[in-house]
Amino acid sequence: MPIQTRRDDDGKTLVIRIEGRFDFSTHQAFRDAYEHGDPDIRGYVVDLSDTTYLDSSALGMLLLLRDYAGGDSARIVIENCNNDVRRILSISNFEQLFNIR
Amino acid sequence: MDDAVAEQSPLRILIADDSDSDRLILKTLLKRLGHEVLDASNGLDAVSLFQQEMPDLVLLDALMPVMDGMEAARQIKSLAGERLVPLIFLTSLSEAGALARCLEAGGDDFLGKPYNRTIIEAKINAFNRMRLMHQTLSDQRDLIRERNRQLTEEQEIAKRVFDNVAHSGCLDASNIRYHASPQSIFNGDVLFASPRPAGGMLIFMGDFTGHGLPAAIGAMPVAEIFYGMASKGFNGQDVLREINQKLTRILPTGMFCCGAMIEADFKLNQVQVWNGGLPDGWLIRSSGDRQALPSQHLPLGILAPDQFNAEFERLGAGPGDRLMMMTDGFLESADRAGNVFGEQGVIDALAHLDHSEHPFDTMMSAVHRFTGGFKDGDDLTLCCLEMSAQAGFSPLPDRTAPSALAGPAEWRCSYEIREQTLGEFSPLPLLLHICMEVPGLRRRSGEIYTLLAELYNNALEHGVLELPSEWKHSPEGFGRYYLERKRRLGYVEGHYIRFTLHHSLKPDGGRLRVVCEDSGRGFDFRNHPSATSGAPPEGSKRYAGRGLQLLKRLSESVRFHEQGNHVEIVYDWHFSGAAVNQGDVAR
Repeated sequence: MPIQTRRDDDGKTLVIRIEGRFDFSTHQAFRDAYEHGDPDIRGYVVDLSDTTYLDSSALGMLLLLRDYAGGDSARIVIENCNNDVRRILSISNFEQLFNIR
Repeated sequence: MDDAVAEQSPLRILIADDSDSDRLILKTLLKRLGHEVLDASNGLDAVSLFQQEMPDLVLLDALMPVMDGMEAARQIKSLAGERLVPLIFLTSLSEAGALARCLEAGGDDFLGKPYNRTIIEAKINAFNRMRLMHQTLSDQRDLIRERNRQLTEEQEIAKRVFDNVAHSGCLDASNIRYHASPQSIFNGDVLFASPRPAGGMLIFMGDFTGHGLPAAIGAMPVAEIFYGMASKGFNGQDVLREINQKLTRILPTGMFCCGAMIEADFKLNQVQVWNGGLPDGWLIRSSGDRQALPSQHLPLGILAPDQFNAEFERLGAGPGDRLMMMTDGFLESADRAGNVFGEQGVIDALAHLDHSEHPFDTMMSAVHRFTGGFKDGDDLTLCCLEMSAQAGFSPLPDRTAPSALAGPAEWRCSYEIREQTLGEFSPLPLLLHICMEVPGLRRRSGEIYTLLAELYNNALEHGVLELPSEWKHSPEGFGRYYLERKRRLGYVEGHYIRFTLHHSLKPDGGRLRVVCEDSGRGFDFRNHPSATSGAPPEGSKRYAGRGLQLLKRLSESVRFHEQGNHVEIVYDWHFSGAAVNQGDVAR
């Protein structure tokens, strides 16, 4: 299973962990990971520690998550990026939209 | 059709056997199973029956007079073509070689004599399933083939429409080199270039997320906005804001456009760059020095207009300096083993730049060498702009035949911008638009824009903001000048710039009189060298001085009034279309 989710922080944070390539093929699985309408969820963590590659459609999916989570008021952390992934995020200046650490 | 039903439905079966008794037994048996039976007593009859009746399944005796089963099998299979018609040999042969020949001739299986009802029924059902599966596959393949043909045709049409909207602009100018595959639009790549009315150029390179029609569709409005606004004299910032605003509105969340805008001013030796999401661009100086131009913004189509940052990076760049931009596809060019060219490939190629070769050629050959011709160039866009004194003064295409009788000829208008609007809005496109209503002026849009722009910039920067043009003599001062310009635009209370345009007809053409007044303190034009004499002051490289020279060369007269904050120019045009002011503005 390339995408796994778990709850953190007393169940208020949804951690989405993506393994391998984060691209269009993970589109449906990624959406399924957060679109469950759980009102308890306050924030999201996208854990990319096992993500080897990320393309522009993945950037699009992150924007969809941001929209889902409330747009400008969304609380989304992207963490543990490897250098290549980090580089792609920073070329597109996604630091301006997400908390990347 | 429901497959289960199809499997049960009666088949049309052709049998051929020279033994009347065997044939009768088989025929009765098959009829009892519910099938329709056609029968022949030799191979030749079987082939002609097959041709007439197109049965679903064929049972052939191997040994028959006139034409034996093997030959009949060959002919039947060839008549069936793509259709799968199961062909079963009826035989009492048991020698392996003979049986193998039956299969080689096109048979699919054997049925031993004497017949066994259960085995016949089972084999017919098995082959019918295979037949139906084959039918389904062929139908689906045909459907896919048809869909694919339709898609290619639609793309062809879409591309023609796109090419009309997004014509190549001035990409063919001598100072631009580019590579973009003809189908690149369906990879989401776009590349536009337009001359600016006042000289200089605007280039936009974009890379939409996704592939195919969804990626291509966003490109249409971008092309319209780009060419529409660029030809009206809007600057890169205005065009970018409009593109972003439009894309944010029309693209679904998750779809966006990485892009870069380049605004080159060959007269000021300056280039401005905005990069949102494209790989590093490069400024390659004629001296060999290089400077990376990394992405500093979010891609287009994500941020709301009030959050969007259209701040350009401003760089001094003289003749011979070159600017290079590329899309992701360039970095992702891969060799057969799947290794990508990457940023390192670009950096390595740049490190081996050679004066005798154009950087564009260096890059293209580096990527070709790397990929070894594998999937070459089908998904990459590369563009290289050279700063050049001669460039950008190609006139805009003459859209309407000039006629002095159509359009306004006698008119006058006054337009004033005040207070903080001075820092937020450029009146130039609007003023140019008004002038372009006069057909006789339309063909001179470049000159008119230059006149208006020189007057306006002079009034704003030196009149209202009191910026000393001497600062622009050095690279450090250049930066300081524009920082200070930005700062001072925050303090313009009580200031104004007023344009008064007055157009009238003359016997052989028309006259445009432009008065530009500002609220600044003016300057001592009576003792200013370039304001009084016709020649530029010796050794002076003042941009302001150059601006004045330009005004003088383009117009009939330039006069200063009051304390120098009131400039009046007179510009004449003639019916013949022959330029009276032959001044080479590019000099």
